[in-house]
Amino acid sequence: MTAVQEPTVEREIGRERRRKEDQRLITGRTRWTDNINLPGMLHLAMVRSPFAHAKIVSIDTTAAKDATNVVDVLTGADLGESQGACINAWAITEDQVTPPHLPMPTDRVAFAGEVVAVVVARSAAEARDAAELVDVEYEELPAALDLKEAATDAVLAHPDLGTNKSAFWKFDSAEAGTGGDVDAAIASARDGGIVIEREYRQQRLIPAFMEPRSVVVDPTGEQITVWSATQIPHILRFAIAATTGVPESKIRVIAPDVGGGFGGKLQQTPEEMIAFAVARRIGKPVKFTETRSESLMTAHHGRDQWQKLTLAADKDGKVTGLKVELLADLGAYVAIIGGGVPVLGAFMFNSIYKFPAYQFNCQTVLTNKTWTDAYRGAGRPEATYGIERMMDELAAELGEDPIEVRRRNWIDASEFPFTTVAGLEYDSGDYEKATQRAMEMLGYDELRAEQKRRRDAGDRVQLGIGVSTFTEMCGLAPSRVLGQLNYGAGGWEHASVRMLATGKVEVVTGASAHGQGHETAFSQIVADRLGVPFDDVEVLHGDTQISHKGLDTYGSRSLVVGGEALVKAVDKVIEKAKPLAAHLLEANAEDLEYVGGRFGVRGTDQGVTIQELAGAAFAAHNYPEDMEPSLDAEATYDPVNFNYPHGTHLCAVEVDTETGQVSIRKYACCDDIGNIINPLIVAGQVHGGLVQGIAQALWEEAVYDDSGTLVSGSFTDYLLPTTADTLSFEVDHTTSPSLTNTLGTKGVGEAGTIASTPAVVNAVVDAVRHLGINDIQMPCTPQRVWKAIQGAGSGGATPGAAMPHFSEDQPGQDSTEGAGA
Amino acid sequence: MIPAQFDYLAPTTVDEALAALAEHGDDAKILAGGQSLLPVLRMRLNAPEMVIDLNKIPELRGVRDDGDHLVIGAMTRHSDIATDPQVGEHAALLQKAVHHLADEQIRHRGTFGGALAHADPAGDMGAPALALGCEFVIAGRDGVRNVAADDFFVDLFETAIGEDEILTAVRVPKHTGWGAHYEKFVRVAHQWPIVAVAAAVKVDGGTITEARVGLTNMGSTPLRARAVEDALRGQPATEDAVRDAAARAAEGANPPSDLNGDAEYRAHLATVLTRRAVLTASGV
Ligand SMILES: Cc1cc2nc3c(=O)[nH]c(=O)nc-3n(C[C@H](O)[C@H](O)[C@H](O)COP(=O)(O)OP(=O)(O)OC[C@H]3O[C@@H](n4cnc5c(N)ncnc54)[C@H](O)[C@@H]3O)c2cc1C
Repeated sequence: MTAVQEPTVEREIGRERRRKEDQRLITGRTRWTDNINLPGMLHLAMVRSPFAHAKIVSIDTTAAKDATNVVDVLTGADLGESQGACINAWAITEDQVTPPHLPMPTDRVAFAGEVVAVVVARSAAEARDAAELVDVEYEELPAALDLKEAATDAVLAHPDLGTNKSAFWKFDSAEAGTGGDVDAAIASARDGGIVIEREYRQQRLIPAFMEPRSVVVDPTGEQITVWSATQIPHILRFAIAATTGVPESKIRVIAPDVGGGFGGKLQQTPEEMIAFAVARRIGKPVKFTETRSESLMTAHHGRDQWQKLTLAADKDGKVTGLKVELLADLGAYVAIIGGGVPVLGAFMFNSIYKFPAYQFNCQTVLTNKTWTDAYRGAGRPEATYGIERMMDELAAELGEDPIEVRRRNWIDASEFPFTTVAGLEYDSGDYEKATQRAMEMLGYDELRAEQKRRRDAGDRVQLGIGVSTFTEMCGLAPSRVLGQLNYGAGGWEHASVRMLATGKVEVVTGASAHGQGHETAFSQIVADRLGVPFDDVEVLHGDTQISHKGLDTYGSRSLVVGGEALVKAVDKVIEKAKPLAAHLLEANAEDLEYVGGRFGVRGTDQGVTIQELAGAAFAAHNYPEDMEPSLDAEATYDPVNFNYPHGTHLCAVEVDTETGQVSIRKYACCDDIGNIINPLIVAGQVHGGLVQGIAQALWEEAVYDDSGTLVSGSFTDYLLPTTADTLSFEVDHTTSPSLTNTLGTKGVGEAGTIASTPAVVNAVVDAVRHLGINDIQMPCTPQRVWKAIQGAGSGGATPGAAMPHFSEDQPGQDSTEGAGA
Repeated sequence: MIPAQFDYLAPTTVDEALAALAEHGDDAKILAGGQSLLPVLRMRLNAPEMVIDLNKIPELRGVRDDGDHLVIGAMTRHSDIATDPQVGEHAALLQKAVHHLADEQIRHRGTFGGALAHADPAGDMGAPALALGCEFVIAGRDGVRNVAADDFFVDLFETAIGEDEILTAVRVPKHTGWGAHYEKFVRVAHQWPIVAVAAAVKVDGGTITEARVGLTNMGSTPLRARAVEDALRGQPATEDAVRDAAARAAEGANPPSDLNGDAEYRAHLATVLTRRAVLTASGV
């Protein structure tokens, strides 16, 4: 038993700890899936359809089978039911039309890149060579490519289904009893108020994670082991079991170190299923690692919506209603979250505002393009973009400052907790404070003055300032709510704490980090709460044999849900240790206090550390009768609410009116994410998120040609920014702790991406609005900006003119028409 | 991505390389810095049976003074050009352009000769080399021939280099004392130019006495903007005069249309970038 010592423990939470996982991740000397090599391992290469939509007439594998070191060549027909299926976990409506999704279809391909055969060879190179020898005869079918056209069912993506319309999902505040009737609000605004109608395009994006997807399957043990570069080892195990009939207990899934995902690895992929089936069939370990071209072409894409928005306001700029009509492109199949992605935006179009009436309509549509699913922000960037663009449009209509108009409509700090028109209860926040801080950081007033000077002088380079005040719902998710939404799983998370004999601590989490820094942040939480040194905590994750229970990492959930599970598990350890401490100290449990990792007897210098207790529990020579000799504990936490970070993002851009080139001059943001565990990790998440969101505004777009081939199929054409394209962001935080978790934290993984896109586009439009422009389609390429300026000069939209109204039979309602291709 | 299988040879002299080329004919490919060839092989857009690596031939690398010319070996790296003081003094335009070419890593591998032989119309070295009136030294089994810049670029990815020939060096006429600027227009930093303009001007007492202007990505080969050059000659180095001349930049060009811009937009860009390039080169 130690004598009393001053607790010298420095608080870990809030420390700018460098990430303990970084050395191995950055140097690459780690267990990426593709680094795994097993004895006798075979390699796979996929034969993919070059056509967007075609009948498979025949597949001749003879030549490929004869090639050097080829073990087998298999088609969907060869694998039959053993290949399982790719699941959709969220039918958003009961009557959702969901095409069956075989990993390798047998009769028809529905997008360019779909796998039709797999070559198994002794080396990856030989597999690749032989893949070129597989002779597939296709009969091309007309392809449904354009989203709007597909929505008319002119050409069917899956002829057997009879329609491309997968599901229609609606929320109406009047029906839900959370607000008024939106059509009435719009009607009354048409008569003396303000109605703004716009249509925005959310272009198709590619998550473009750094590590291409890779999977290794070893069927030689009692459990079939699957290593995969996935965000969702637990969900993957479930999906494999559920669709192949292999008992879940016979499958072990490991997500070793995973090089990024951004939602792009939140999927049960055909390639994983094919590798699983081939390994079982041949009885040897197999590996498949995709090329970058395959990754860009076939790993799921994100966004891809048309958003038709109608905003009603009174003359003073108080919003009276918002109606949202979305078309969302699912691609060829309904992916694991699929139509759930736009539905996640349903609760967010009203954002931080007090709208009295709200309606959300979403039609999901099947096309013959790569399937779409979650991409950083998933539904919420789309919503935030829509509403934040509209708030700037409202301000322009009123001729007022966009911040002033937002202030008039947002929820006041004194009004929390606040139940929104979409039915969510926001626990805390302070929009005014975050906005003030962001304005200060940007130098808002000075830049507005400069903007005026430049406009007055007719400068070649114009300045624009964009505003985005965002909130999001993250921390996915309360299981009961998911149940009401017909989602196929819960939203809880699991954690366990193992006290080792030497006093070291192993923490197991069901969250599955793929670059976020969980090992560091979770160690900090445990170090503080348990009172052990940071370096004594090891965080284990991503292996179903170690972490038997979990729902993985996405939706900014790991800290706010997984971290809370961890807190609860740690508290149980302390609770379990207490009777042992009392026993060893020969004291009353009630007289003990736990400080800095040590139970002390109040008013004495007697005490015992948690490490000593771990050793005592291990030896088990001396412990109370009614206790089990273990301090280990686990907890499963189901969140009581979503989590609502918010922030104000301000962006100043310069637009060269001669070339249309946009350059960001300054970017300042103040995010309120509650209490911060590690400021360095938060800064990383914010910076990376900002770049990703800015990239949607300015650079990235997945483009298909008329035959359904992905034109932007390499990084020469799919423009990812590098550090050379970014600037030093001004980042700060206000702190309104979350009231729904112990640590008071809010998610930050997606914040930057959600907030930044509209901030940038608002800035671009603001720079040229005086030229008669009120929209530029994303990405705002120099050509689009230039053409918008040219178009405006020759009879484009006139500033201050009455806003056009949507009409079914009137063309030209797409706000972005004429803004260039 | 895995290229199809090929054999590999690394000769140490040009003659050996030529012999190998002759032996393997069009089944062979020359490897210089590999920065264009390797992506092509890995994406399986080409599958040569033999790759002949020039990296072991020392005589092909380096910059040498040859009176009124600089002679730049084909295997001289982009990064060498970027820092070579002789290039800076006598062919500043090359140096201005090479700073914009790809990124640091690629500049350390990629070569001057490889870039020119590859003849990508969006490549950054073609327009400057054309504008400066370089001569291309091409070695074949029958000896060495010099090809004028105007005859070197034939079409998209096609030059005067024959199948059994090797580009060994480029002779650059000295442009000592000329102002130079390369104006490259991109959407992200490390990108091939959407359009770029290479300008070298000789200014005497405020008057442009001579100008050479090359255009990148305005046709299937790098182009000379001769109309602009003619219009500039004898003009004052002023914004207005240069603007008028630059307005003719796209004359005779046939720019492509792609995701980054259509032909109309490129034609417009060419005039803007030409004005900016010439003005900067003139020190205005
Ligand atoms: C990511 C990336 C970005 C890039 N960005 C740019 C850019 O912005 N601007 C730009 O200009 N370039 C860019 N490049 C290309 C770069 O400049 C290459 O270095 C150049 O195009 C080819 O030079 P190399 O020495 O690498 O030639 P290689 O790739 O080795 O060869 C290219 C071709 O030329 C032939 N060849 C090479 N040398 C000879 C010779 N001496 N005689 C005959 N034939 C020969 C080869 O057979 C091959 O067909 C980029 C490349 C990459 C990978």
